[in-house]
Amino acid sequence: MNIDSIKNGIVIDHIKAKKGMEIYEALNLQELECSVAIITNAKSKKMGRKDIIKIDKSIDIDLDILGYIDPDITINIVKDDKLIKKFHVTKPEKIVNIVKCQNPRCITSVEKELDQVFILTDKEKQIYRCKYCEGRSFNP
Amino acid sequence: MKNLIDIKDLNVEEIEELIKVAKDIIQNKEKYSHKCDGKKLATLFFEPSTRTRLSFEAAMMDLGGNVLGFSSASSSSTAKGESVADTIRTVGCYVDIIAMRHPKEGAPLVAAEKSVVPIINAGDGGHNHPTQTLTDLLTIKCEKGRLEDLTIGLCGDLKFGRTVHSLITAMSRYKNIKFVLISPDELKIPEYLKEDVLEKNNIEFIETKDIEEYMDKLDILYMTRVQKERFFNEEDYIRLKDYYILNKEKLEKAKKDLCIMHPLPRVNEISIDVDDDPRAAYFRQVEYGKYIRMALILKMLEVK
Ligand SMILES: [Zn+2]
Repeated sequence: MNIDSIKNGIVIDHIKAKKGMEIYEALNLQELECSVAIITNAKSKKMGRKDIIKIDKSIDIDLDILGYIDPDITINIVKDDKLIKKFHVTKPEKIVNIVKCQNPRCITSVEKELDQVFILTDKEKQIYRCKYCEGRSFNP
Repeated sequence: MKNLIDIKDLNVEEIEELIKVAKDIIQNKEKYSHKCDGKKLATLFFEPSTRTRLSFEAAMMDLGGNVLGFSSASSSSTAKGESVADTIRTVGCYVDIIAMRHPKEGAPLVAAEKSVVPIINAGDGGHNHPTQTLTDLLTIKCEKGRLEDLTIGLCGDLKFGRTVHSLITAMSRYKNIKFVLISPDELKIPEYLKEDVLEKNNIEFIETKDIEEYMDKLDILYMTRVQKERFFNEEDYIRLKDYYILNKEKLEKAKKDLCIMHPLPRVNEISIDVDDDPRAAYFRQVEYGKYIRMALILKMLEVK
């Protein structure tokens, strides 16, 4: 795969420097059979340094995970060598089974089959709280 | 209203309505004594709390209804590893409404998501206990005649005391409320309450370590118990549990119409020499607790 260009796939751009690997893991990209490139510490006019992930295949990615980890990310969809769509992710209102509640007194700590649901309770401060115990999620 | 999980589920008008019904019950007990004939309340107490359970059961009985349930996890199927959801689905086949207490935070919400009958949260760990807050609001309304224009002293464990947190949140919605927060440094109210509730709503509050400093300004003094189960460290508990003890002497400068409240049970935070003082409202508070639960059961069962 040519690092600079992909024919059909996704470029996750403007990732905060050093966050690339975390996103790679959160999206389970190691499971893919296509080529995936992580570029770290790339120069960026806007950000100084940034990470980029290039996926050489059109796949469905979980935008909620991206929005939760790093809402400043830009997604580029490439088809037949052309950029067909470019968009930003946003902080999702609700995330399911992305982070685990850390509160040992929470019902989710004993009933493992329950979904781990976090709600964006404070948009300004970007605070997520467990739906059940209202405990805060750890900052991504 | 299908369920009551958090006091924030109720708006000011709904609370007003519940208080109105509760006051009418106090005045016309007979009128309400058959309102729930043939209805059943389950009290599912996965951790023991005899007072709260008896209050719910007495409330339902005074409405003419019946009660069944269990009073600790060891006597329930949880001991066999059953999930909250399964217990609730089963009990929902027998009863019209469920009051549930659970040691884990959020368990009543899990129940509410699966239940076909209304769920009342009767306390989930250190998290919510909305009927205690309703009890406190009815007490204030009956004892002071108003929910506005009050200076409220809260004393003791303001850090872990959920009763205090809910009361601050609930009272912050009324006009001209001031708080005096009396606690040792280790047990001050959490930052998020200061930021998200007090400062956000521009509510005046003072933090002090001295119980007597603002005594003459208070309309209400809400005493709390330092609860052992909220501490992970035995030493901290022992050091802090006797920090404040209210007695006759400390009340010397207090207003003639001060209202002294406590969610009970007390250990020694209020000396028994205060009990006969007409300003001691904590035993009346217990009774108000039954009336507000009656009003709540009526509302949730949509009994007119
Ligand atoms: Zn939780």
